Amino acid sequence: MANQTNTGNPHVDLAYRRKKNAEEMKHQVISFVLMIALTLIAFFAVGYNEFSHWFSVPFILLLAIVQVAFQLYYFMHMSHKGHELPSLFIYGGVLVAFVTVWAFMTVVWW
Amino acid sequence: MSTVARKKSLIWDYLTTVDHKKIAILYLIAGGFFFLVGGLEALFIRIQLAKPNNDFLVGGLYNQVLTMHGTTMIFLAAMPLVFAMMNAVVPIQIGARDVAFPFLNALGFWLFFFGGVFLNCSWFLGGAPDAGWTSYASLSLESPGHGIDFYVLGLQISGFGTLIGGINFLVTIINMRAPGMTYMRMPMFTWATFVTSALILFAFPPLTVGLIFMMMDRLFGGNFYHPAAGGNTIIWEHLFWIFGHPEVYILVLPAFGIFSEIFATFSRKRLFGYSSMVFATVLIGFLGFMVWAHHMFTVGMGPIANAIFAVATMAIAVPTGIKIFNWLFTMWGGNIRFTTPMMYAVAFIPSFVMGGVTGVMNAAAAADYQYHDSYFVVAHFHYVIVGGVVFALLAGAHYWWPKMFGKMLNETLGKITFWLFFIGFHLTFFIQHFLGLMGMPRRVFTYLPGQGFETGNMISTVGAFFMAAATIVLLINVIVTSVKGQKAEADAWGDGRTLEWAVASPPPEYNFAQTPLVRGLDAYWIEKMEGKKGLTPAEPLGDIHMPNSSILPFVISLGLFIAAFGFMYRTEASWGLAVGIIGLLITLGSMFLRSVIDDHGFHIHKEEVLEAEKGVKA
Repeated sequence: MANQTNTGNPHVDLAYRRKKNAEEMKHQVISFVLMIALTLIAFFAVGYNEFSHWFSVPFILLLAIVQVAFQLYYFMHMSHKGHELPSLFIYGGVLVAFVTVWAFMTVVWW
Repeated sequence: MSTVARKKSLIWDYLTTVDHKKIAILYLIAGGFFFLVGGLEALFIRIQLAKPNNDFLVGGLYNQVLTMHGTTMIFLAAMPLVFAMMNAVVPIQIGARDVAFPFLNALGFWLFFFGGVFLNCSWFLGGAPDAGWTSYASLSLESPGHGIDFYVLGLQISGFGTLIGGINFLVTIINMRAPGMTYMRMPMFTWATFVTSALILFAFPPLTVGLIFMMMDRLFGGNFYHPAAGGNTIIWEHLFWIFGHPEVYILVLPAFGIFSEIFATFSRKRLFGYSSMVFATVLIGFLGFMVWAHHMFTVGMGPIANAIFAVATMAIAVPTGIKIFNWLFTMWGGNIRFTTPMMYAVAFIPSFVMGGVTGVMNAAAAADYQYHDSYFVVAHFHYVIVGGVVFALLAGAHYWWPKMFGKMLNETLGKITFWLFFIGFHLTFFIQHFLGLMGMPRRVFTYLPGQGFETGNMISTVGAFFMAAATIVLLINVIVTSVKGQKAEADAWGDGRTLEWAVASPPPEYNFAQTPLVRGLDAYWIEKMEGKKGLTPAEPLGDIHMPNSSILPFVISLGLFIAAFGFMYRTEASWGLAVGIIGLLITLGSMFLRSVIDDHGFHIHKEEVLEAEKGVKA
């Protein structure tokens, strides 16, 4: 979206976009590798008998949150410009949902 | 396709329209009709309560009328009337030719309409819902007959419509603003619509979930709310109020927006503290999600939860106070004209402040144990909803009537309506504070003589008839105006500040022949102050792309309406399941048609636009 800046000079544009895309690709590969690693760690956390469930369940949830963030920011391009409003609404919705669940956990099923 | 070829019968035109201005009129008519129905129910309630031991509406029937009064007024009158204003004005205020999704806009209306009709069918099919508009689970699950099923299915259908409408306005305001219309140049009503739509987006899903649980419990043998079967009846209360509290802000924020426009226009001044108004609107919307449990102080959530929700509730008084002072400062030193809309706006301030003050009283959890379920609460929420929302809707209807219909409403009749309504409103509800403090419980169909409730209730009933008289005068005004009203100018009040006053009344199908360039807040006022007649265009005159009208929104909604009947009678009538499935097939089939038929819309050609614009100028 916002990374397709045109200078009017086709050679400069091409070079610029090449560089930009290469950078983008590097980020995607790094986050892809990290996500695989996180998944492996999650499997390991479940498989390793020394960890109690009280550790591994919250730990996996934490890994899941990190994965969602990677997904949104690197694969779905939320890190790019022009995504301020979608992120505002996503975080707004997350907040409302969190408050709801939190209240249910503490007030209804205390 | 030429303009001539597109002429069709009036009814077919409105059934298939996707034009936001016509959908606004549909919302206004349907919402106005349900407002009359809800008002009639209110009158019946007041007649029953006029004297002790009255037998006009006894027991169960009173419960039905009471429930339907609340449900109708909130879901079927206030919401659609708010949507009528939003549809009529917001796209033009941001310099757009239509909303982002015209088809969805029509679908939203028809879903609301069929949901409302379904709910009211209950009167003729064995009794209306009778568990209050909040329909608390244990009570509503025990309710015999189909009343509550009508409530659950009807609100589910119309709730989809509202959600669709909210999403549509979010996308419209984010994506379709004219060049130069930055967020901080949007008119206050557009801002209010934006925040309201965000609230709809987040508040209606909890209602949908709550209603689905209740539908499962009532119709399909579920146990979400059955304590005996391991369910929890309190979950409904939480889900309902997680929706229900933002809902009152969904209603009142557009009201604030309407008044902000009116104060600025008729004080001939820029809205005082525009940026703080925007900030306060957003903050109210945000806090609206943090306070729902103040409706449930007496449920037994414990002192900590009560204290947290009490403090959060009181915090909302701060941004609301900011708004009140901004409106007062807008009028301060302004060149004020007391037109009908302005009279509602001025009357709104003390009325709404009273509702706000009793709101803070109710927010004090310990004191609320005394107020709870008494007429004090009834007085409180009628002061905010009638004194805020209904005043705003009446003001907005008078203010934008010329824009919607091209004719000015009669000012004399308008002022008679105002005075009757204003006096009637305070007569009805002011005394109810004291009835409540004296111990009169709400939702009870009668009271005994000698408890000191007689005079207060009689005064309250008299007040209700004043409001009924006001409504009749308003209807007469509408009829007289449409028969021989004076034609409205584009800038109907002469002091218009925002873009809608720069286009003809009523606006052409395409709103703007050329998309305008917005050069600041109150874009039209800026142009006028520089001595220009019209707006600065942002594009050359060209062909205008328009969406085709379609009957599919109507058919999709009709299918759900039929399906709801089928599933409701599924267990007791052999045709039930079949009808339910047929209804769903109609809905899904027409959704399929919508997906496969390629509809590219049509163009209004440059020559036709020129022709039409000449007609307006002449």
